[in-house]
Amino acid sequence: MGMTELLATFELGTHLCAVEVSQVQEVLLQQPLTPAPGAPTAVAGLINLRGQVVTALDLRVRMGLGGNAHGGDDSFMNVVVRSGDEVWSLLVDRIGDVIEVEQAQFELPPDTLNGPIRELIKGTYTLEDRLLLVLNVQRLLELSDPVQA
Amino acid sequence: MTSNDDLEDEIVREFLIESLENLDQLDQDLIALEQRPGSRDLLASIFRTIHTIKGTSGFLAFSKLETVTHAAESLLAKLRDGLFDLTPDITDALLRVVDAVRGLLAHIEFDRSEGDAEVTQLAAELKALLEAKVGAAKTGAPAGRTRDGGPGGSAPAPAPVLVPAPAVTGEPDVEADRSGQPDALTAQPPLAVPAEPRSAIGDSSIRVDVELLEQLVRLAGELVLARNQILQRAATVQDEELGRACHRLNQIASELQEGVMRTRMQPIEHVWSKLPRVVRDLGAQLNRNVRLEMEGGETELDRTLLEAVKDPLTHLVRNAIDHGIESPQQRRAAGKSETGVLKLRAAHEGGQVVVEVCDDGRGIDAAVIGRKAVEKGLVSEDRLASMTDNEILHLLFVPGFSTAAVVTNVSGRGVGMDVVRTNIERIGGSVDVESRPGHGTVWRLRIPLTLAIVPAITVLCAGQRFAVPQVNLLELVSLDGERTTSRTERVGDAEVYRLRGRLLPLVRLDHALAIRRNGQSVDTSSVIAVLEADGRRFGLLVDKVLDTEEIVVKPVSGIMKELGLYSGATILGDGAVSLILDVQNIARRYLRSGESVDSQVADVAVADVADSRQLLIVRIGANRRVAVPLEVVTRLEEFPVADIEQVGRRQVVRYRGGILPLIRLSEHLNAGYGEARDVVPGVVYSLNGRSVALAAEEIIDIVSEASVTRSDLDDFGLVGSAVIRDRVTELLDVRTAILAADPMFYDDRSGHGINRAIPDSQGAWA
Repeated sequence: MGMTELLATFELGTHLCAVEVSQVQEVLLQQPLTPAPGAPTAVAGLINLRGQVVTALDLRVRMGLGGNAHGGDDSFMNVVVRSGDEVWSLLVDRIGDVIEVEQAQFELPPDTLNGPIRELIKGTYTLEDRLLLVLNVQRLLELSDPVQA
Repeated sequence: MTSNDDLEDEIVREFLIESLENLDQLDQDLIALEQRPGSRDLLASIFRTIHTIKGTSGFLAFSKLETVTHAAESLLAKLRDGLFDLTPDITDALLRVVDAVRGLLAHIEFDRSEGDAEVTQLAAELKALLEAKVGAAKTGAPAGRTRDGGPGGSAPAPAPVLVPAPAVTGEPDVEADRSGQPDALTAQPPLAVPAEPRSAIGDSSIRVDVELLEQLVRLAGELVLARNQILQRAATVQDEELGRACHRLNQIASELQEGVMRTRMQPIEHVWSKLPRVVRDLGAQLNRNVRLEMEGGETELDRTLLEAVKDPLTHLVRNAIDHGIESPQQRRAAGKSETGVLKLRAAHEGGQVVVEVCDDGRGIDAAVIGRKAVEKGLVSEDRLASMTDNEILHLLFVPGFSTAAVVTNVSGRGVGMDVVRTNIERIGGSVDVESRPGHGTVWRLRIPLTLAIVPAITVLCAGQRFAVPQVNLLELVSLDGERTTSRTERVGDAEVYRLRGRLLPLVRLDHALAIRRNGQSVDTSSVIAVLEADGRRFGLLVDKVLDTEEIVVKPVSGIMKELGLYSGATILGDGAVSLILDVQNIARRYLRSGESVDSQVADVAVADVADSRQLLIVRIGANRRVAVPLEVVTRLEEFPVADIEQVGRRQVVRYRGGILPLIRLSEHLNAGYGEARDVVPGVVYSLNGRSVALAAEEIIDIVSEASVTRSDLDDFGLVGSAVIRDRVTELLDVRTAILAADPMFYDDRSGHGINRAIPDSQGAWA
C-alpha cells in the first residue's frame, strides 16, 4: 500500500473533477449570489457565508466548459476552499464522493486535453471507466484576465 | 519550569509596554523642560521615569539598559538638586539616552536580548558632561555651555569612564547594585517617589489585549447585523411580545455597539506626543525657530485609524517646517516674528474628526504649482487657465508631482503628498489644503471616527443594491419621475446636470460598473447622489435611494479590490451581500478623462438658466407637511429620541461622540407630535464647521420646486405654503429654525467667505 490522498470530487458538465480534501472548508447548497459588476466573468458574485463575504467562482466559466453553473435553472453547489488568507467558493454542478486514491496512480494531464483547462489541472487519476481531473486551486483563483465589460 | 519562563516573559512584556509608554512621556517632558527649565515637577517626572526603567532593567538583568539609565539618572539627580541648570547640550544628551533606551527596548521586544548595541560611549559622555557641569558649578563658572560644538557627539570623552555592568546574580537586587557602585552621586537614598499621580486612573482601568477588543468589535458588528435581520422579520409579524423583545434587543445592541466602539477610541494626543521631538530636531537641523501649538489633543479616534494617520501627520509636520516656515532671517525680512508657529488642531465635526496642520510660513503660490504641473505634463495650459487656485493646489496630491519637486533629505525623500493622500483615503478620509502666499498654509485631514461601522445609503441600480458611504455624500437630488435625459444635458461627451446654477458632471452608475440592463434600454435613473471626492463634486446617477443604514464593512477578496470600484462589502438587513462603492476611485476613473468635461463645463455660461430648486418634504405633527430646501441638508439622519436632551431652553442630541443642537420642527411649528416613536428622522446642516439638526417625524420625499405652486401664507417659522404633489406643504423659514436651535449658528467666521450661500428667510426661497 503506497501513499494515498483524499480527494473531494464534483461534476462539472461531463467532467469529473476533484480538489484535495485538505483545501476544502465546507460544501454548501445553492446560496443567494450578489453579482459583482466589473469583475472578471468567471466571478459569479459574492455570497454571505455566516457573516463573511466570500467571492464565488463559476468553474464552468473559469474552465471554459461552456454555459455557466449559476445562470441557468439548474441548482448548483458551493465548494468552499481556502487559499492563503482568502476563502473562495467554487460553483459546481454536483457534489460527488470523497475518494481515496493512490498517489502512485497520479498522472500528468494527457496530451489530448487542450484549451484553457489544461493549465488549471494538476494531473489525473484513472478511475474504473472515468478520468478524474485534479484541479490546481491556486491557478483557478489567479484571474488575470482583464475586466470584461 | 515553563510556568517560570512564562512568568518571566510576562514580566518582560509588562516592562516593555510600560517603558515604551513612559518614553513617549519622557520625550514630551524633556522638550517641555527646555521651555520651562526651572520646573521641578517636570524634572521629578523625568527622574522618576528613568529611575523606574533603571530599577526594572537591573532586576531583569538588562545590563546595557541599566548602564545608560544609570548614567542619565546621575546627571538628572544633580540637575534636580539645582547644582546647575538645564542647557541644550544636556537636553541633547538626555534625548539621546531616550533614543538609546528605545533601541534597546526594541531589541528586547524582538528576541528578549539587548543585542550588541554599544552604550558605554554614551554613558561615558554623560558622565563626562556631568563632571564638567559639576566642575563648572564649583568654580563658579557660568553653568552654560562648557563645550563648544553643541550636541556632544563629537566631543571626545575625557578619560573614558567605564560604568561597570552590574554582575548578574541569581537574586538581582537593585539596591545592592546601587550601593555597590563607588559613585557618590547615587549613594544617596533613592528619590522618595511621590505618590504616583496616575495611580487613581491605574486602579480603575486595566490593560486589555487589542486582539480581544478587535474580536469584540467584530462580534458587536455581527450582532448589529443579526438584529437588523430580526427587526426586519419581526416587522412582518403581528406579535406584541416579539415586538417588545425586539425593541429591547434593538436598544441593547445599539448601546453595546457604541460601548464597544468607545473602547477602541484613543485621544489623538497619542500620535501627537511624538511630534514635539520631531519639531525640535528638525527645527534645529534646518535653522528654523518653531513653536508648536496643539489644540484638541483629547479628540478621540479609533485606534486603527490613529495608527494610520501617524505617518501622514508626521509627514505634514515635517513638510510644514521644511517648506512652510521660513528661516528667522527671512521671517524678519518679511516683517514676521522670528519664531514660526506650527499649530495642530483636532476636533469632531459632523461625524468626522478634522485634523489641521497650520503654519504661518511662506504659503504656497498657486502660480508656481501650476507652472510646475504644466512642466511635468500633469495638466495642459488651457486647463490650468480655467482652474481655481484651490484646484491648482490640489495638484500637489497628484502622483508624480511632489516627488520630484524639491528634494531635500527632510521631506522630499520620494514620499510625496500623493502618498499622504493615498494613506488617508485608504481609511475613508480626505485631505485638503488651503494656502495664502506669505501668510501660511493649512493642511486639513478629515478622518472617519471609526472604520468598522459607517453610515451609508443604499442605492438601487439595474436591480442591484450598492452602498455609498455618507462621508462622500453631499445631497440627493430627485429627478422626479421625468425621464432623466430630459433633465440632464450633454456638454461634448459629458453628461451634466444644472444644480442651483452650477453644472455638475454626472457619472451613471450602470455605465461605471458596466452593468447591462435587461430588456430595452429603459432609462430608469431617477436620483442623483451628489458626491464629493478628490475635492470635486460630481453626481452619481442611480435608479433609486432605498435606505440609510449603518453598515459593517467587510473585507473582500483581492480580486474585487483590484477592480478599483468597490472599497468593501457589507451584509444588509435581509442577509444579502451588498458592495460598497469606492467613490474616490470611481470619481478619479470617470472624471479624469473628465478633465475635458470640466473645462468644457466651465466654458458654458451658467447663470442664464434659473434652475429649479430641490426640496425635502418632511412630515411634522400628525399630518402636516413642511418643505426644507435641500441646500440645508448636509446629511439625512435618524436620532434616537432617548439621545435628545434638554439643555436650558434648548435641545441637543448626542451625535457621533459630539453634541449637536437640535430642534424638533413639530415643536417649533406648534404641530404637536405624531405617534410616539424611538427614533426621529431629521437633517443635519453643517456650515463653516458648525452643525445643527432639524428633526421631523418622517421624511417623505425630495421634489424639485418646478412642480411647486405657491401661495403666500405667513405664519411664525414659515415663509409661505405651496401645493406639492397635491398636498398643501408649508415652506420652512430655515434661518429662524436654525437660529432657534443654535442662536450662534451664523455668527462667527462669516469672514471666511466660503463660497456657499447662507440661506435666510428671503434668500432661501428667492
